[in-house]
Amino acid sequence: MDFKLSEREEMLRKSAREFAESEITPKIAEMEETGEYPVELLKPMAQLGITGLIAPPEYDGVGLGYLARTIVLEELARVNAAVPMGMQVHHMAIAALKDFGTEEQKRKYIPPLAKGETMGCVAVTEPSGGSDVLGMQTTAVLRGDTWVLNGRKCFITNSHTSDFWVVIAKTGEGSKGLSAFIVDKTAPGAKVGRKEHKIGLRGSNTGELVFDNCEIPRQNLLGQEGGGLGVALKTVSESGRTGMAAVALGILQATYEEAAKFACERVLYGKPIAALQAISFYVAEIYTDLDICRLLCYRASWLKDQNLRFDTESAMAKYYTCEAAVRCAKKAVEIHGGYGILQEYKVQRLLRDALVTISAGGTGEIGKVVVGRAALAPFQKKG
Amino acid sequence: MDRIIVCLKPVPDPQAWDRLRMDPVTKTLIREGIPFIINPLDKHALEAALQLKDAYGAEVVLLSMAPEFTLPVLRQALAMGADRAVLLSDRLFAGSDTLATARILAAGVRRLGTCDLILCGNFTLDGSTAQVPSQLAELLGLPNIMHVTRLEFLEPQRCLVTQKIEHGYVKWTATLPLVLSFTKEANRPRYASFLQILAAEKRPIAVWSNADLQLPPDSIGHAGSPTRMADVLLHQKTRQGQRLTGRPEDIAQQLVEIFHRRRVI
Repeated sequence: MDFKLSEREEMLRKSAREFAESEITPKIAEMEETGEYPVELLKPMAQLGITGLIAPPEYDGVGLGYLARTIVLEELARVNAAVPMGMQVHHMAIAALKDFGTEEQKRKYIPPLAKGETMGCVAVTEPSGGSDVLGMQTTAVLRGDTWVLNGRKCFITNSHTSDFWVVIAKTGEGSKGLSAFIVDKTAPGAKVGRKEHKIGLRGSNTGELVFDNCEIPRQNLLGQEGGGLGVALKTVSESGRTGMAAVALGILQATYEEAAKFACERVLYGKPIAALQAISFYVAEIYTDLDICRLLCYRASWLKDQNLRFDTESAMAKYYTCEAAVRCAKKAVEIHGGYGILQEYKVQRLLRDALVTISAGGTGEIGKVVVGRAALAPFQKKG
Repeated sequence: MDRIIVCLKPVPDPQAWDRLRMDPVTKTLIREGIPFIINPLDKHALEAALQLKDAYGAEVVLLSMAPEFTLPVLRQALAMGADRAVLLSDRLFAGSDTLATARILAAGVRRLGTCDLILCGNFTLDGSTAQVPSQLAELLGLPNIMHVTRLEFLEPQRCLVTQKIEHGYVKWTATLPLVLSFTKEANRPRYASFLQILAAEKRPIAVWSNADLQLPPDSIGHAGSPTRMADVLLHQKTRQGQRLTGRPEDIAQQLVEIFHRRRVI
């Protein structure tokens, strides 16, 4: 067993860290204030290779794998979690196209996404719920050579900054009754709805997509008709969960750094509070959670890169890392005492951001359903 | 332009300075077991070379004298866009002072063949002597301009070099080949893009020992270094406090007088 990262992965980390510290840091205050995604970073992120990270080289991508993606997203999230949140969903759109698109669709949509000229998103969740995929109400009906979509998607990351959307809609009943579509934001009847004001991940935009007799060409069906559930599940469980976990992992890394730094700097009773065992235990717990989560996240991504099944591992990494990020950020706020609730201090943002990761990309409970199924399977009676 | 050589030194990562230890006998830094980075100013020299490569097309060759365990640092510099690297590494080089280092680098430059420019950082983060570029130029018989903030080309072999001096700038016109040492004002070094990181894996790094350079052993390493380190002391930074009392106006008046006396204003 080899836990050592390769020289390539270490270099990717270093490069992503340098970029994040220099280019993202100056944007944080504005993101927190306005809740807007810093779209001006798309071009520099494309130059570095973030936008096209998992896109194949033949479609102008970098062609790296999921472990590389996790490391890069983690490094960005260490500085600010909203920017990689937008990117991980952007990657989901690329993954959906890569896995299910026709050659023509790939040629048309992946290169501009990879080059950061456009942004993408995947829209599954509706007001009726996100995890209850089959309960969705958005419909798509084929009229001649045009699909007509009606309905509303909500809690969609990148809703207001995406140029096109991968949308799942009902085309029939049951598990074969969903289909995936590529909807240009300029399509007739396609509109963005309200934009949410979130407590955390402020700089990543989340909002509604509205389809009011929205017309898209027949060839914008993504994958097979009736294959929408597969598109949603594969995309969410693979790129979605590992991406979300990576964002939470970056929050955890930042949480550890802030907690340890403050504990060593803050002097009480004549010595740094780190000298108090109670505080050192808090830092030890954060540090251990960080390590557990990093191993979970890297393993899930590594399995994907080896073309091995990893749905249980990605669910485990996602739910555990997001919960640990909240747990640890709360501890870090407590270590900071009164300073922890001041906006000048980073820890309060880390706690707010961590809270948002819990429900994004499938709640912790859904993750546990997946893990529970795998954990119980060997002991359940057949038949 | 055919070839630009960028001299590059791996230096200890400042983030790990708490782990630095000095060898009490040789008075040199113990380099094993600490992370290394590209000397920050060398990145500005490399960026200048890469901009010339982008504009005029030239082979950018990295040249470094360092132990072999610093190879990942050269790989990082290749990932910024350099074409190939030469590492000058030999136990015989250990303990070289700036003059011996310049001799070794000069031998490396000669072995590489012709070049148009040799670009260096103005000084290194660890030694901070700023002597090597000038010594290298002297040994090669080339002109050297230090504190370079800007490099523009007037003709293919003639350039306009802006040099920073204490209270302003000097502009020099110079004919290639040249040795230039760059300040951080010169440019903003690019990030190693992910594509370049992948491409750098295929770019060659040659390791040359003294068997390749054929320098007399008494001209290199500890034996070839005229500098003798007398002692290394930990710098103690202390401040002398002075409390001013009285009404705010009086304190302001006293401050102004102190500033005048100390020639601050």
